[in-house]
Amino acid sequence: MSALLTARGITKRYGARIACESISFEVAEGEVLAIVGESGSGKTTLLNLLSGRLAPDNGNVFYRMRDGNDRDLASLTEFERRLLARTDWGFVHQDARDALRMGVSAGGNIGERLMAIGDRHYGDIRATASDWLARVEIDPLRIDEKPTQFSGGMRQRLQIARNLVTRPRLVFMDEPTGGLDVSVQARLLDLVRSLVADLGLAVILVTHDLAVARLLSHRILVMKDGQVVETGLTDRVLDDPQAPYTQLLVSSVLAA
Amino acid sequence: MTQQPVLSVRNLAKTFVLHLHDSKVLPVLDHVSFDVAAGECVVLGGPSGTGKSSILKMIYGNYAVASGEIRLSQKEYTTDIATASPAEIIALRRHVMGYVSQFLRVIPRVSALNIIAAAARDAGKDDASSIQQAQKLLSRLNVPERLWNLPPATFSGGEQQRINIARGFAGDHPLMILDEPTASLDAVNSAAVVALIAERKAAGAAFIGIFHDEDVRKIVADRIIDILQFSAPGKILAA
Repeated sequence: MSALLTARGITKRYGARIACESISFEVAEGEVLAIVGESGSGKTTLLNLLSGRLAPDNGNVFYRMRDGNDRDLASLTEFERRLLARTDWGFVHQDARDALRMGVSAGGNIGERLMAIGDRHYGDIRATASDWLARVEIDPLRIDEKPTQFSGGMRQRLQIARNLVTRPRLVFMDEPTGGLDVSVQARLLDLVRSLVADLGLAVILVTHDLAVARLLSHRILVMKDGQVVETGLTDRVLDDPQAPYTQLLVSSVLAA
Repeated sequence: MTQQPVLSVRNLAKTFVLHLHDSKVLPVLDHVSFDVAAGECVVLGGPSGTGKSSILKMIYGNYAVASGEIRLSQKEYTTDIATASPAEIIALRRHVMGYVSQFLRVIPRVSALNIIAAAARDAGKDDASSIQQAQKLLSRLNVPERLWNLPPATFSGGEQQRINIARGFAGDHPLMILDEPTASLDAVNSAAVVALIAERKAAGAAFIGIFHDEDVRKIVADRIIDILQFSAPGKILAA
């Protein structure tokens, strides 16, 4: 089993407050890991540490580059880190406005990632963008419209297309269905589920929604007060939770 | 040389600790030991609430094991489910063990046919044979063809359960774990499931299951293991 990303003892403090305390785990290629816990449990900080957007006070994050070498994110130059983020990684934010260029057309939003990796042929870029719009269930006829004209669910799907067009190996998702209507959520989740399986993507997914974790992830990491209190196979953690906090989380969900 | 059993359970124990209720400790099972050989159907018997489903869930990796071993053997490989990593359990679920629960957990928007075909694909079949496998199982389980391309969310309980059974059987797994698969089925459809089990047994698959319906149990069971002998000391049996 080769780990794509390895976290070793990563710790981050904000003054006296501990946001993440010596967290270690691995994510394999094609594996979907959900990080669950309540607001303030350190989930988003952990995601930022894993993606190199925050530097840990202690510990290391290693990533296996396409050449097969494991690199410590802290040792990457700013250029290397940005290149990684633009090509081999994707980021799906809760609010699509944080990720999309709202004044640029849908096609432009997708094409921009392709141009960042050196694609120059306008016709090819437009054709690929149109193909990806269809894959995320947006009518390709709307390629020249701006995201401001799209609904919340469509913007989220456009964000996913923009991320996946460069065929990343690892995608970070921060509450990807947060703020969407339930009916829109189901459609997005199903789309993400099938794309992740088809493309063999590794995903690190932060969510407080246990149903989202169950549907998408292979493995769960439960966080409380900056610490991992339980980890394991997703259905095992949700159906037979061992840690007191996980039992509380699972029992707090209202059955529909 | 004797054939080693597909499944070998040794001194398995299960305890639930209810942290939200004064950390109450509920011992359920202790020293559970049995084997299941290829081509054999072993049925767990005993009253409700004695831990039969818990045993099946531990075998499938869905429940944590307090102590003991669950050795699953496949050709020259043996894995202890009790200590296996999540990745190992996922791989075993794809290729070695299939599970049919009492209820279908519905995936939004995916058609009945595709739910079943995806399970076949996960087990390593190619696209064409996965679809064929799904079609074959749907017709054997008498699911009307007009339903095949619809998501099962709106199906009746019995129809959903037959989708669930078809999904469980789609991978042709060497070990099948069945938790009351026929509970919500009428006589005709129960008989179809019984026929499927017989066919897979003849092909060498091992079965471990729970069947409350006496008639079904009589036909499918090669052996019945009384679960009461494994009750944990201190366990309070429901009246």
